[in-house]
Amino acid sequence: MNIQNDKRQSFKKIGLVFAVAAAIGLTGCDPEFSNSVDDTSQFSAGDADFARFVAVGDSLTAGFADSALYIHGQQNSYPAILAQQFALVGGGAFTQPLMNDNLGGLLLGGNPIAATRLVLTGPSPDALSPAPISGVPTTEVQDVLNGTFNNMGVPGAKSFHLGFVGYGDVAGVAGGTANPYYARMAMSSVSTMIADAANQGPSFFILWIGNNDTLSYATTGGIGVDQLGNLDPTTYGSNDLTDPSVFASVFSQYVTALTAAGGKGILITLPDVTSIPYFTTVPFNAIPMDQATADASNAAYVAYNGGLQVSGIPAAEVAQRTINFVAGQNAVVIEDETLTDLTGGGLPSIRQATADDLIVLPASATIGTLADPMNPASVIGVGVALGDGDVLTASEIALVAAANTAYNTTIAGIAAGNPDLVLFDAAAIFADIAVNGIDYGSGIATTTFATGGLFSLDGVHPTARGYAILSNLIMETIENEFGAVLQRVDPGAYTTTFVE
Amino acid sequence: MKNTLPIVLITSVCAVSIAHAGGYRVSLQGQKAQGMAHAGVAMSESAEAVFFNPGAMTDIDKGEFTGSLNATLGTSVYQNEDTGASAETDSPLGTPLNAYFSQPISDDLSWGVGVYTPYGSSVEWEKDWAGSHLVNDISLAAVFIQPTLSYRINESFSVGFGPAYVTGGVEFNRNISTSLVDENGDRANVTLDASGVDAWGYNIGLLYKLSDKTQFGVNYRGEVTLEARGESAEFDNIPTSLQAAFPDTTFDADLVLPAELTIGVSHRATDKMTVAIDVNRTYWDAYEELRIEFDAPSVPTSVNPRNYHDSNIVRFGMQYDYNDSWTHRAGIYFDSSPISDGFFAPETPRNDSIGYTYGTTYRQSDKLSFDFSLLYLTFSEIDNSYDFFVDSGGVTQPFSGTYKTNAYNVGFGLTYAY
Repeated sequence: MNIQNDKRQSFKKIGLVFAVAAAIGLTGCDPEFSNSVDDTSQFSAGDADFARFVAVGDSLTAGFADSALYIHGQQNSYPAILAQQFALVGGGAFTQPLMNDNLGGLLLGGNPIAATRLVLTGPSPDALSPAPISGVPTTEVQDVLNGTFNNMGVPGAKSFHLGFVGYGDVAGVAGGTANPYYARMAMSSVSTMIADAANQGPSFFILWIGNNDTLSYATTGGIGVDQLGNLDPTTYGSNDLTDPSVFASVFSQYVTALTAAGGKGILITLPDVTSIPYFTTVPFNAIPMDQATADASNAAYVAYNGGLQVSGIPAAEVAQRTINFVAGQNAVVIEDETLTDLTGGGLPSIRQATADDLIVLPASATIGTLADPMNPASVIGVGVALGDGDVLTASEIALVAAANTAYNTTIAGIAAGNPDLVLFDAAAIFADIAVNGIDYGSGIATTTFATGGLFSLDGVHPTARGYAILSNLIMETIENEFGAVLQRVDPGAYTTTFVE
Repeated sequence: MKNTLPIVLITSVCAVSIAHAGGYRVSLQGQKAQGMAHAGVAMSESAEAVFFNPGAMTDIDKGEFTGSLNATLGTSVYQNEDTGASAETDSPLGTPLNAYFSQPISDDLSWGVGVYTPYGSSVEWEKDWAGSHLVNDISLAAVFIQPTLSYRINESFSVGFGPAYVTGGVEFNRNISTSLVDENGDRANVTLDASGVDAWGYNIGLLYKLSDKTQFGVNYRGEVTLEARGESAEFDNIPTSLQAAFPDTTFDADLVLPAELTIGVSHRATDKMTVAIDVNRTYWDAYEELRIEFDAPSVPTSVNPRNYHDSNIVRFGMQYDYNDSWTHRAGIYFDSSPISDGFFAPETPRNDSIGYTYGTTYRQSDKLSFDFSLLYLTFSEIDNSYDFFVDSGGVTQPFSGTYKTNAYNVGFGLTYAY
């Protein structure tokens, strides 16, 4: 027996074994799914062409969040998220008028004209509230950006603004005739938003405009005017409700302009204000009292309640206006200019709120505090009525709803009348989410202020996660209507609110 | 020297983690058993018996040392078809070691000692991946040191017993919610680091020889609970205004290493061939929850229900003595997952699995031999979720998706008998 040979043979065998091990190592490394979500060959544009995608709208389209426009929000705007997914199926470049920083806020001629974004902050972990992040904005409106922008979302724009000549004139910003966000991105001082968008010849567009036509009225507690019947929007105040005929007229013109290049598009309906935490966070009965406090507070209204009895107003209004605090939760006292004017007799137009009234989010900072620090009877919402601007009363809500419903009817009608257009019913979706929250696949988001995950700290605009959820829903519509197959995004990977 | 090349090749190509049975049990406790599906409770050929069945040590009539090193490689992938999210583990190389020594004192009495690592986990997901609120990465290891006595009662029965000193540690990082970030957008996270946590267990075995050819074995290893007390908990990327609520602190947690009962039979079918069947029952039912209590009162206790159930592994192995120099082994085993639906947490992303094994021993001389084994472990693809994560807003956030895992191991051993 030749030991040398035997050993050589043995080492050959050991070598073979190693080779097998190495082969297994090289071939079997990664487990693979039979239907991998990362397999891009499964995605397609269907009947749509995303080569030139343009999104037109307001702050919701711009990626506004936390009361500001800032880079992170813009990068996570729903059009930006969509464009990134469209890129897998032939989508072209997508440009946005990026701000200069992640602080948000604007300078005009070096002077701040818009505050930085809101973050949660406070003296201790259990006393956090939204406040502008520290820092000075660096985005100068006068530094006008060059080029065209696929994201034509302009914060603050109302429906009729899209066709306003001069809305992008830097010189008009200080006087309020121009919009600073549009001024920094407009093609020229005399261009219009809709022309800047339509001139890009969109192969695919999204139009979501009209939110501010009710929202600016609603968020200011209805201090503006319902312009129903006034067909000249140049005479409107900034917090007024737009006449639905004006809306219908300009909206159809915009659709005509955007479809001129033969592209397809999505029209998005306008959510109702009752869907957003700006109006649903502060309860109408925000004032807790014990019996002694209730008694003392009632004493201050004996004269008012007595005056109502002899004022001659109908019994129903007397009952509506009679103020009565009890032990437990109490409705706040509010101003309501729709009540019969009894100020001549020294009786203010006040009543206690009901569940049908909506109190705006900023009032949470003032309710229960003293209007006059030296006067313990001046508790806001008790001894001092909450101002008209802090409450959207039931009658004001009805005006908003009527206008909004009319706008949405217009949008739905135009979408239904054109086979190249598809309706995305954000109004219905937001209303459902406000009640049920939404399971986005890797978690659940709700409209609960600050912690729900959907809405940013301004209570009106979504978080990046909210925009991502919206993007997935829009993609679902595109798939259903245009036969596309698109890769979804994971909303869980997007940010919500920021704590400083 | 040259022999190390394949390992280098494999590790440079693959993401790796410790190969697993269900949960965080690692079946890599001896090269000879590993070749035959890790069956060995009724085998009495090697000092590996210190682990597999202390009752079998009296059959080893010489002093014997056997030790081995494993290079273990594994990858898990995750995806969610609703969100398009996907992720893959990128875990470090696992190198579980073991060493056993057995020495006869008399014809009927032997003593020995074993050092082995039956529990471990090393899973490293991409930082801030979709399930990062459940785990970013985890590394868990426990070393058992077991002095052992084995006694032959009569020609048929022998028994063995050893207390086991256990020392272990864990490092665990995860994001503290699905959304909390600091002002820079960096996810707030916590790192738990426990090391040198010790406890005692035991290992008891019985061997029964039905005939020259057939023997039965029973082995029971007792449950061990590693009680981490006052170990380090560090929070990162906590927003400034929340830092008072999340100070770096210490934590207490118990980690259960479950008991395991093995029964098995081996049968010498021919002069050259032996077959063995083992059934393991792992008492995972003991792992009800991972409860992490922080010393700082402002940090809420983290309760993570696990609700594992007892699970079985069935192992079929065979051994063939090719000639005086070479022995070959092969095996297959079926490992059922201890995880219930709705409790599938990505720190142990493992489902039912099938393991395929091969092994060989080359005897260079009467005294010195070399052992080698291969394991390929493939886990069934699974759609499942973890439904018990409570987010900072008080909302319970289910985390669902599809997981797939595979793992393999290359082991080298050396046995010296005298």
